[in-house]
Amino acid sequence: MQAVEVSHIVKSFADKVVVNDVSFSVAQGEIFGLIGPNGAGKTTTIRMMMDIIKPDSGDVTILGEKLSEATKNELGYLPEERGLYKKLRVLDSIIYLASLKGVDARSAQKRASELLDQTGMLPHKTKKIEELSRGMGQIIQFIVSVVHDPELVVLDEPFAGLDPVNRDLLKSMLLGLRNQGKALILSTHQMNEIEELCDRILMIDHGRSVLYGNLAEIKTRYRSNSVLLVSDGEPRQVPGVTEIRTHRGYVELVLDENTTPQQVLERLVSHGTVISRFEVATPPLNEIFLKVVGKAHE
Amino acid sequence: MTLIVPVLALLLIGVAQLVSGTARPVTEAVTIGYVDELGGFQQYTTQGNITLVRYDTSNDATDVLISGNISQYFVIPADYIFTGMIKLYTLQKQLAASTAVTAAINNFLTSNLLAGKVPAATIARIETAPNLVTIRLTETGAVAPEQGGYGNLIIPFVFGILLALSIIVSSTYLLQGLGDEKENRLIEILLSSVSARQLLTGKVLGIGAAGLVQVAFWVISAPFLLSLASSSIGGLISTIQLPISFVVLAVAYFILGYSLFAVISAAIGAISSGSREGQQLIGVITIPLLIPLWFTSLLMFFPDSPAWTFFTIFPLSSPVEVIMRLGVSEIPAWQLVASIGVLVLTIVGTLLLTTRIFRTYLLMYGKRPGPGEVLRNLRSG
Repeated sequence: MQAVEVSHIVKSFADKVVVNDVSFSVAQGEIFGLIGPNGAGKTTTIRMMMDIIKPDSGDVTILGEKLSEATKNELGYLPEERGLYKKLRVLDSIIYLASLKGVDARSAQKRASELLDQTGMLPHKTKKIEELSRGMGQIIQFIVSVVHDPELVVLDEPFAGLDPVNRDLLKSMLLGLRNQGKALILSTHQMNEIEELCDRILMIDHGRSVLYGNLAEIKTRYRSNSVLLVSDGEPRQVPGVTEIRTHRGYVELVLDENTTPQQVLERLVSHGTVISRFEVATPPLNEIFLKVVGKAHE
Repeated sequence: MTLIVPVLALLLIGVAQLVSGTARPVTEAVTIGYVDELGGFQQYTTQGNITLVRYDTSNDATDVLISGNISQYFVIPADYIFTGMIKLYTLQKQLAASTAVTAAINNFLTSNLLAGKVPAATIARIETAPNLVTIRLTETGAVAPEQGGYGNLIIPFVFGILLALSIIVSSTYLLQGLGDEKENRLIEILLSSVSARQLLTGKVLGIGAAGLVQVAFWVISAPFLLSLASSSIGGLISTIQLPISFVVLAVAYFILGYSLFAVISAAIGAISSGSREGQQLIGVITIPLLIPLWFTSLLMFFPDSPAWTFFTIFPLSSPVEVIMRLGVSEIPAWQLVASIGVLVLTIVGTLLLTTRIFRTYLLMYGKRPGPGEVLRNLRSG
């Protein structure tokens, strides 16, 4: 059973179509990346998944059921724009927001304490939200999104404003949730985080789905048929290589259409080149993003 | 706020007691001089604690005044009978002569003018104003349990102010909470947990219950404060009554009035970009609630004007208007029924509209939409 199944959702505001026929699914135990430029319709898509707004047409099912009050308790949400009650204490904030998800006070307190301990925030549990730093506030907000043990967690820009230590902590917690079989949707502009954590992605632009599928497959689809090489001395010109681009610490050999990386490797070895690194070049997600979005904007 | 009002009332009673204590009829013996240029004013020189001493000329009296033996003196001019003019000389700066001194001088003049012409009992009657007591009868001719009088206006007036205050404070509180949640984006987390309708209902009921506790506390503390006030101040306060029908209507109109303004506040909160902008708008909406308070004196002197019927039925002013009118006159039953009916219908209608506005605008953070846009969205939403 899929954790989320979104099919053909459409949403318009005052005659402007914001999300246009978007479909995707997220499996349990998967981290799914939702990417796209600003104003692409990511937040609207997330809000429809969260049942905050209703789609004009199309369906959303959560764990095989249509969105309802009951399925809301299976959802965890970390919105991009963060905010908690400034005057409320940390533990009280978490318990209150957990109670809205149907968790009783005692269980909420136990789970909140565990999560606060796990994130090193336990000493701050009696502080008011306004006394916390931005990064600390964000950790609390993350705790709020998972305190009720949801099956699906949607995180909008979860790493923004975090220092490297907290960033690593959050990453390990996300991987921990995935290993527990939870489905996670990550919406971010930080492509390196997506590359590091996500199995599959959906890229939307102007409300439409422009890229969808397995990340490795997408990268293969967009690769430029070139290899990266680090060798002793200047690499010799070998047949099938149309251009040699020199970068800092390595060279990029651009291959012609009829040559495979395997053939180039064989030719280099047979020419006596001592190779310390040989890698099929795949474009970074960032480049694919710019290429796809750029094309759409042309 | 809940405690402040009764505490403030206690403080007022205390101050009133203190002031009236110092202003009580003169208990110490006071000597006042007078110069009789007309002649014939020799008797009745003791008026309560005030003793009147005659001087031959104004100069003599002035000397004694400066020496401090008398506190003031007055001159009865030769043409007093025609002009009625009496000049009072004193070293003190004062707005007017004290009531005790005025009464003493008045009685002294009247008594001397009438001495020997009418019986002493008649003089005493002339000196004291008639004591007019109004007794309200029922249609059967029996004495009505609920009597009129200015004292009756005090409780409705105070309650009218408190009711308006309480409704405005509660609504503003709701608006501010919603504005804050919208400003700090907490609304998104709340809406991912509960529906817009649940959020609206929860807010209105939660803050309303707090407001109701406040009003109930005031109502309960009122009889205690009244008994305290009438034992210490007496007079007007002792005529105040607090009929059960008034208490029931006060609570009913608080609930209805609050519900209406809370739902309107929620709608304003949803379309405003922040709490400050919303407060300006709600300020305009609450003006009708205050109108009955502005016209209190007109209501007292012209209780039967048709204008009051309008304000009794108009839903934005009726909660306060009805409470105020209860103190002045009877409100016909049909007006009360119409008032409550219109109020309930308005609440239901506003609630339906607000739920739509809530769903459409709660997540829009940008510029506040114009009335035209809101209407368009309501039709399509």
